[in-house]
Amino acid sequence: MTSNLPPANYSTDLWQPNRALAKNTELLVKLVFGAFALVSVLTTAGIVLTLIFETFEFFQAVPLWNFLTDTQWTPLFADAQFGIFVLISATIMTTTIAILLALPVGLMAAIYLSEYAGPKTRKRLKPALEILAGVPSVVFGYFALLTVTPVLQFFIPGLQGFNALSAGLVLGISILPLVASLSEDAIYSVPASMREGSYALGATKRETIVSVVLPAALSGIVASVILAVSRAIGETMIVTLAAGQNPRLGFNPLVPVMTMTAFIVQVSLGDTPAGSIAYLSIFAVGMTLFLITLVLNLFSFWFVRKFQEKYE
Amino acid sequence: MTVNSSPSLFDDQLSKETSFVPNLEGRHKLDGIFSVIALICTWIGLVVLAWLLLDVLIDGIPVLNWNFLTSFPSRKPEEAGLVSALVGSIWLIGLVSLFAFPIGIGAGIYLEEFARGSWFENIIEINISNLAGVPSIIYGLLGLAAFVRLMAPITGGRSILSGGLTLALLVLPIVIVATREALRAVPDSIRQAAFALGATRWQVVSEHVLPQAFPGVLTGTILALSRAIGETAPLITIGALTFIAFLPAGPRDAFTALPIQIYNWVSRPQKEFHALAAGGIIVLLVVLLLMNSVAVTLRNRLQKSR
Repeated sequence: MTSNLPPANYSTDLWQPNRALAKNTELLVKLVFGAFALVSVLTTAGIVLTLIFETFEFFQAVPLWNFLTDTQWTPLFADAQFGIFVLISATIMTTTIAILLALPVGLMAAIYLSEYAGPKTRKRLKPALEILAGVPSVVFGYFALLTVTPVLQFFIPGLQGFNALSAGLVLGISILPLVASLSEDAIYSVPASMREGSYALGATKRETIVSVVLPAALSGIVASVILAVSRAIGETMIVTLAAGQNPRLGFNPLVPVMTMTAFIVQVSLGDTPAGSIAYLSIFAVGMTLFLITLVLNLFSFWFVRKFQEKYE
Repeated sequence: MTVNSSPSLFDDQLSKETSFVPNLEGRHKLDGIFSVIALICTWIGLVVLAWLLLDVLIDGIPVLNWNFLTSFPSRKPEEAGLVSALVGSIWLIGLVSLFAFPIGIGAGIYLEEFARGSWFENIIEINISNLAGVPSIIYGLLGLAAFVRLMAPITGGRSILSGGLTLALLVLPIVIVATREALRAVPDSIRQAAFALGATRWQVVSEHVLPQAFPGVLTGTILALSRAIGETAPLITIGALTFIAFLPAGPRDAFTALPIQIYNWVSRPQKEFHALAAGGIIVLLVVLLLMNSVAVTLRNRLQKSR
């Protein structure tokens, strides 16, 4: 109660906030939260160092030249061969099939949502597409292996139970929302004045979209597609479940193949002792995967920076 | 020459060849086809989504019963259940929240409120957009080398703790970005008013900005968490087991999780296990749906109460 009484001496007993405490708290918070922010940098450093360290070990045992030129991938055999292009060819195949589906369909969906759909339809359809993006990849894997493959086998008699075609198609469906959503953002942000200018010259809606709006949104569309490609390359469960586990060089989409990610899963599921060549090989494959996605991301940054159109 | 050629401009024959033919009818026809194709493309994704869900429901509903939720996995499909996977996933939800939320939200606050415009913020911004492009299986390799091998005495090797830490690193960029976006949406006038009253930066943030931004932060982080729950590849890489017939007693125990169990069932050749996989998928989707509706409800409630 005493503290609530008016102080006897007004000049000295004015309320003084504890500034020292506030300042120390401020400093502490800054340090702790700064350290938290550093965690993301440490993650990157951890990834890069881990991959470099283990890959270096791997290349002590397997010459880089063999890694790049062998035409067999048989890490678990006595006569082990490590031709990374066997795995890369499968990854390229599934990714290409996925993009061949996701790019046209996603782009057209983006055009519809941005240019044709009314605000109400757009508000309903966009979240619905985003549900598709939230479906876990193992669910897509189930769908590819047990639903899409049997359907495709009905139309393509030579199709095997595991194949790159069905994995690639479902992979395409899984990255479709990414292409559609990001491209739609890019297309939607093209200023209306450009469309109006095109209409004023007598162009139809389709002509306006194809020759004015799409070029103006090009950097955003390319960025979305590159992001989708790098997602498709790194996607694991769909290709592991539906494309099979047979390392095979070539581009036949009807037979089982093994992608880079599927190989990492195969070795991880087995009981491989740390330091063995099979254990090290998953890091070498991981490094290859990391470098490919890194190059794609850097290219995307560069492209957006170089070709981004600025409108006031 | 010019004098002679000028009348030819009015020559019917020539004007037909050189003049622009609008052909409006044909162009509008093309326009119609184009818009129909665009409409179909929009629906392709949704139709496939509906097909997928329907397919899973038809295959999975028959195996869903109390036994399925409370039994351990088994070699006999009629006795198999997913209790160890469900408990493992709940453990993971808890651990990922424990690590990713404070660190992600703290980092987001630091970058947005304390270090805006600094070189440090630039570096982390570039770093985060790079991390977003790293495939999730690479995080699994990091987890394998760092948590399972290097920190084995602390984490217990192939344990729930290692899995939780790996997934926490995976979703950290998402939490940071969501936090920053939510903080950015708070008007600057609120900060300026608090500063004018003599508050320190931390007082401004903790007492005025963060409460305002909290619904957004919460929604973003729960969505990040639901991403972590669906992840399979990193957990397989760090060595989550596919067959666990006991419940983990602590964070240093071996574990399995829903997506791993589903993967295991799908990859078996017998049809009975495929039905179990569909049942597992339904459980996983229900968990995801619950989390998302919690996020939406919390956001709505918090926004209304202000």
